[in-house]
Amino acid sequence: MSRLLPVLGNIAVLVAGLAALFGLPAFAETYVIINATIFASFAILALSLALIWGYAGILCFGQAAFFGLGGYTYAVAAINFGDTTGAAALAVALPALFAALLGYFMFWGRISDVYLGVITLTVSLILYRFVNQTAGEQWNIGEAPLGGFNGIPSTPILNWPGRPGEQLAPENIFSLAAGLLILVYFGCKALLATRFGRVVVAIRENEARVALLGYDTRRYKLAIFVVGGAVAGLSGLMFANSVFVSPTMFSLPVSGQIIIWVIIGGLGTLIGPVIGCILMQVLTNWLGTLNQVPGFGWVDPNLVLGVILMVFVLLVPKGLMALAADAVRWVVRNLPFPRRGKVPEGRKGDVRSASATGSHLESVHTSPFRRFAPPSPSGGRKSSA
Amino acid sequence: MTAPILQTRGLTMRFGGVIAVNGVDFSLQEAELRCLIGPNGAGKSTFFKCLTGQLRPSHGDVLFRGHSIAGSQSHAIARHGVGIKTQVPSVFDGLSVRENVWLAAARVNPGRLADTMTDAALQRVGIGAIAGRMVGQLAHGQRQLVELAMVVAPEPDLILLDEPAAGMTDDEVDRLVDLIKELNKRHALVVVEHDMQFIRRVARTVTVFHQGAILVEGDVADILVDARVRDVYLGRQAA
Ligand SMILES: Nc1ncnc2c1ncn2[C@@H]1O[C@H](COP(=O)(O)OP(=O)(O)OP(=O)(O)O)[C@@H](O)[C@H]1O
Ligand SMILES: [Mg+2]
Repeated sequence: MSRLLPVLGNIAVLVAGLAALFGLPAFAETYVIINATIFASFAILALSLALIWGYAGILCFGQAAFFGLGGYTYAVAAINFGDTTGAAALAVALPALFAALLGYFMFWGRISDVYLGVITLTVSLILYRFVNQTAGEQWNIGEAPLGGFNGIPSTPILNWPGRPGEQLAPENIFSLAAGLLILVYFGCKALLATRFGRVVVAIRENEARVALLGYDTRRYKLAIFVVGGAVAGLSGLMFANSVFVSPTMFSLPVSGQIIIWVIIGGLGTLIGPVIGCILMQVLTNWLGTLNQVPGFGWVDPNLVLGVILMVFVLLVPKGLMALAADAVRWVVRNLPFPRRGKVPEGRKGDVRSASATGSHLESVHTSPFRRFAPPSPSGGRKSSA
Repeated sequence: MTAPILQTRGLTMRFGGVIAVNGVDFSLQEAELRCLIGPNGAGKSTFFKCLTGQLRPSHGDVLFRGHSIAGSQSHAIARHGVGIKTQVPSVFDGLSVRENVWLAAARVNPGRLADTMTDAALQRVGIGAIAGRMVGQLAHGQRQLVELAMVVAPEPDLILLDEPAAGMTDDEVDRLVDLIKELNKRHALVVVEHDMQFIRRVARTVTVFHQGAILVEGDVADILVDARVRDVYLGRQAA
């Protein structure tokens, strides 16, 4: 059964994804579809941090920088090119290149985890400040006005490849965003299953040991950081196609939100942050409407979200996915009837091992901030003591 | 005499005012087994860290088969064929035993061969039965064995073991002694241990560290009755 679980999980994710992909455009109203597109693009953003923080242990406080860069690159290039296809490719390539440059200085400089957080945060804030003040003619890039505080309300919608002027309908944009979300999700899974992915996970566990085995850890960290930047750029592209680009894409609340999605969903999983992201989006929207209801005007969405985050950090530090897994395990263990297929004595070890190997990637953090905790010396006997 | 696999010249490691390793001239032949002993704080672990690039030596040189590796990155030194088991087991707690060893094997041999090497190393160290367990849940002695399998798997030419027997049961120590003897047929080893019983079982030549410098070096039988060694080390041990 334990070998089967990951497979069943993958099938469940695929079915849910495809159901949304094909079901929603058929039945939902346009504003629901646009909202769902925003959710999907944010979910891709959640995956970008789930990958580099949850699996590589790189806590990037400025993931919004790549998100914003992706959106702005797309908007500026699309306005200038006329056709959006090349602009879409640039929207992924430029954030990846930026991540490569930033990552090179951070990883080759061997800065500590805390400083990495500080630097990425600072970079995103600098970009935010910069884009925020780009109002006026002198900030036009070609034909595209950066628009300062207002962003670029004229952000073009994607056209069919090779057919400039023929824009995608909102349903098509949604299908694209949902399809990309599914693709990125399974792409990340596949990447993590390769030798490269396994080394990256090992670096999260113990970087010094990976180096002592002969792997140049800087290269691996840089590569996964670039993948994270590209994925965040892709989410920026889809976001630009569901709303329009504005400086808030670079802002601290966006960076913070991504971290919250990952914590709530479960650090060290991929599906957790996606679910966390969508739940938090739905909740935020609902709190926003609740706010309008007479008698509930005092409800501040940010306050509620803050409380939820605190509850999770203190009570459910491993996130929703671990909570769900514990619940399933509890139910199975407490089933009133005996389980079928008794395990023969000699094979018990094998069964345990299967479950342990199967879950090695969806791993085992005690706290989201584990990387900041001092290393605990293992209680070994000193023979001289 | 053939060229040594490992040689240090005036190797020195200073931490502020503390000189942890002080002008060490050390030489190890191909396929030699050397035991390194010395009281707590003698500088044995620091010496290993200088050899493996975990620390950049303040002065002096480290030569591996004639090439200077002093100040090189850990991964570059490992690629020359140097494997180390650190004093506090350095393993991947969140991964399975098999995954730990596989990562070591996959560095030198990608693909199917890595799987074969992993199985071989697990068998050799005798931890095949716990291959699926999470390393974080294992006892200290078992973690030592996991790290040992990680060191053995890629078949490095030079193996450094820092207190490998600590925390092991008697059976595990027996297996370790056999393993070290078997490894020594093809690999050069330096073994740091405090346990004199253990040293007697594996050692031929012993180097004694004291206050960061080599106090004396020689045949195990002579070293263990040497008065100076007794004073700095065995004397304290007996007290
Ligand atoms: N990073 C460091 N900073 C400052 N001093 C250090 C550092 N590492 C080691 N030392 C000091 O260097 C000296 C040698 O330490 P080392 O760990 O090498 O000794 P050892 O021979 O391995 O001892 P043990 O048998 O207890 O493991 C000690 O005095 C120690 O306090
Ligand atoms: Mg030591």
